[in-house]
Amino acid sequence: MSHHIVKADNLYYTYPDGTMGVNGISFTITHGESVALVGANGAGKSTLLLHLNGCLVSAKGEIRIGDYQLTPKTMKAARRSVGMVFQDPDDQLFMPTVFDDVAFGPMNLGLPEQEVKDRVILALETVGAAHLKNRPPYKLSGGEKRAVAIATILAASPDILVMDEPTSNLDPLSRKRLISLLQTFEHTKIIATHDLDMALDVCERTIVLHKGEITADGPTLDIFNNEDLLLKSGLEKPLRMQEYKPILANLKKKTHHHDHDHNHHHHH
Amino acid sequence: MATIENNLFDIRTMDTLASGNTGLHRLDPRAKLITTLIFIVMVVSLGKYEISMMIPFVIYPVAMVVGADLPVFYLLKKILIVSPFAVLIGIFNPLLDTQPLLEIGRVSLSGGWVSFFSILIRFALTVGAALVLICLTGFNGVCMALEKLKVPLPFVIQLLFLYRYLFVLIEEASRMIRARSLRSFDSGRMRFKVFVPLLGQLLLRTLDRAQRIHLAMLCRGFDGHIRVAKPMTFGQKEVIFILSWSCFFILARRYNLPVIFGSIIEGFF
Amino acid sequence: MHMADALISPAVGGALWAASAGLIGYCSKKLRQDQDDRKIPLMGVIGAFIFAAQMINFTIPATGSSGHLGGGMILAILLGPHAAFLAMASVLTVQALFFADGGLLALGCNIFNLGFFPCFICYPLIYKLFVRGKASSGAIITGALVSAILGLQMGAFSVVLETFFSGISELPFAVFVALMLPIHLAIGLVEGITTAAVILFVWKSRPEIMMASPEPGRGYSIGKVLAGFAAAAVIVGGALSWFASSHPDGLEWAMFRTAGVEKFAAPEKGIHSSLSAIQEKTAFLPDYGFKTTESHPGEETAGAWPAVNPGTSVSGLVGGLLTLCLAVFIGFVIKRRKAART
Repeated sequence: MSHHIVKADNLYYTYPDGTMGVNGISFTITHGESVALVGANGAGKSTLLLHLNGCLVSAKGEIRIGDYQLTPKTMKAARRSVGMVFQDPDDQLFMPTVFDDVAFGPMNLGLPEQEVKDRVILALETVGAAHLKNRPPYKLSGGEKRAVAIATILAASPDILVMDEPTSNLDPLSRKRLISLLQTFEHTKIIATHDLDMALDVCERTIVLHKGEITADGPTLDIFNNEDLLLKSGLEKPLRMQEYKPILANLKKKTHHHDHDHNHHHHH
Repeated sequence: MATIENNLFDIRTMDTLASGNTGLHRLDPRAKLITTLIFIVMVVSLGKYEISMMIPFVIYPVAMVVGADLPVFYLLKKILIVSPFAVLIGIFNPLLDTQPLLEIGRVSLSGGWVSFFSILIRFALTVGAALVLICLTGFNGVCMALEKLKVPLPFVIQLLFLYRYLFVLIEEASRMIRARSLRSFDSGRMRFKVFVPLLGQLLLRTLDRAQRIHLAMLCRGFDGHIRVAKPMTFGQKEVIFILSWSCFFILARRYNLPVIFGSIIEGFF
Repeated sequence: MHMADALISPAVGGALWAASAGLIGYCSKKLRQDQDDRKIPLMGVIGAFIFAAQMINFTIPATGSSGHLGGGMILAILLGPHAAFLAMASVLTVQALFFADGGLLALGCNIFNLGFFPCFICYPLIYKLFVRGKASSGAIITGALVSAILGLQMGAFSVVLETFFSGISELPFAVFVALMLPIHLAIGLVEGITTAAVILFVWKSRPEIMMASPEPGRGYSIGKVLAGFAAAAVIVGGALSWFASSHPDGLEWAMFRTAGVEKFAAPEKGIHSSLSAIQEKTAFLPDYGFKTTESHPGEETAGAWPAVNPGTSVSGLVGGLLTLCLAVFIGFVIKRRKAART
């Protein structure tokens, strides 16, 4: 029962044009854990995610998915257990209708037709998108696209879910709905995100990346309370943990004490 | 740039029409595709003075439009938009061919005018039939029909992908064009010096996107084969549809129905 | 340069359909053997790119007209001939279905004219001649320019052939060629420049993409096979249209083309002689075109509209109008009743 484990050992990756991707990364994620991967733009989050099912192959170091080391030979099995949700749903939804798209994974597993159908319906129901099944992808809203993209992954029943920015470009309600959906999943989850509030709701553990290296790895709440660490990694506290400063008060202060710059009230 | 977005809007409209739910919509796409092709061949094979023989063919698109509740004026407008081409092709006929061909009382109609109208009708019929096909079946339906009719899968897949990403890329292109025009204050002209990097940029983004799509496919077990599961039923209804329309087309092609009809009417007077 | 349904005979349309279908089958087989599954999404997305790109126009300096990117050559350079041919065919299919560009019967002609020449002649035999192994900007520019121009010339020439074999135009072959080729020289020049510029842009900003561009298979034998294909199509088309007796119809089309360039001075003689030919033929109004089933020629002429007999013509007109009214009326009534029911 160790096949929900993801283990990275000393990964190095540099892009062909010389850009640093990841620079010596190691971690172990155990069964059922939910981990947020945070860091500024270009910190290496997406690069790391692409390693987790062999889309990129590191120059040094290794990845273990469950009992296997990830090699070209075990790639297929690994991709079966790691489901990856890409950042832009348009890249992920390439088939003519929602149904076809969700069926794509199960069909590639070579399942019988009836089971493919059942799985598609189940996956779509899970994300609350069963009514969309005959629509072409370009007729979906942003939130619907995201939900269907997740369904395409669920239909292949992976053990581990890997997501790149699942809440980006969503309206507040769709975002909320997505968060409660993610909370119901019992999969091992690895979520790269800038949405620290979502991380707070969904992930009990957080890994902070900065310039291709891990600068912190621990319980989410501890990390988000460490302001120095966040600042150094190009992040800030989740909005929910920040004090509310009404715009009006802000403006007044500015006009009254012009030379006290707002650094001042940033700090209390 | 309005035209780009209009094109997109147009494709979307036709696609929405195709998601209707009448008996004609539910008919197997193969039946509609085959019937349309027979129709076009029959119309095109008519001679240039045979206007009267073309008329009965109007019945097919009219029947489809009515049976499937398609918006008549929208389709007529679409035909009208492309018609300048046909008009330009045909307008020389009356000038060149002045041989009188028809005499109705005092008025004589030259062969040129007859063939001019014949080109227009022919154009309207073939374009109309193609539009009706797409509005009844949808592009994906046509592709599925092609696949079932043994058109090589790589080509069908190519069509499906093209259609899918048409929307994404046209939107991307129009965003870029809008961004350009908002910052260029000299009239609306696109200079070559701007055109090339704009297009090149779009191409690079497209290539990146293709790469990401490929990754997304690989992640879901893609192994070079795309499996399309679309049960289609080619039953009695389809056979009857094709056969009865074909019979009608052949009849209309062989016998000048309006002449027969007309002489019967004349017989009464 | 799209051929239109209204201008071709069913025989030529059918023959070119067969040729294009054969090529599609051949390319699909090649791609399956290729085993490069990256190409599947790549082709589709680049096809969509060509479609979008053709909607973006730039202003050609000092002319007031505008130009846009052509299709075939840039596809061939980015994808290699087989994938490019399929991509071009799909672009044309979508255009035919949604924008009535050409039409369904003429689709075979259009795929052949705009796909075959750039992908299977110009790219392997001309472009590769300039850009072999190591690429340089000069080589890319000349290669793209020359092959785009030649590709369009061949395409235009084949439009002339198709029209000629359709037996629709009475315009002398040589005159027609003399009209078509110069126009398409200008179009080809614009297409060549845009193709070269865009390819150069990609090559400069991301050279690795161009390096990875696929090699054109095992070159020449394929070219020969396809040349054979083309020849067969032309012969079949010619032979069939011989049977499908000619009836002038598309003359005005060439006129339309010329009207864009000059006031139609030189070929006047040709027009007039062909006009008299038209009038001669209309004297007995032969049924043209559809005789692929040669089984009952007797009945056919009996059923068709006979000589110019004002009597029958009038009844034809009356009957035609009545049929039209009836069709529209029935449609209207059914629609009304439907609306009433719902």
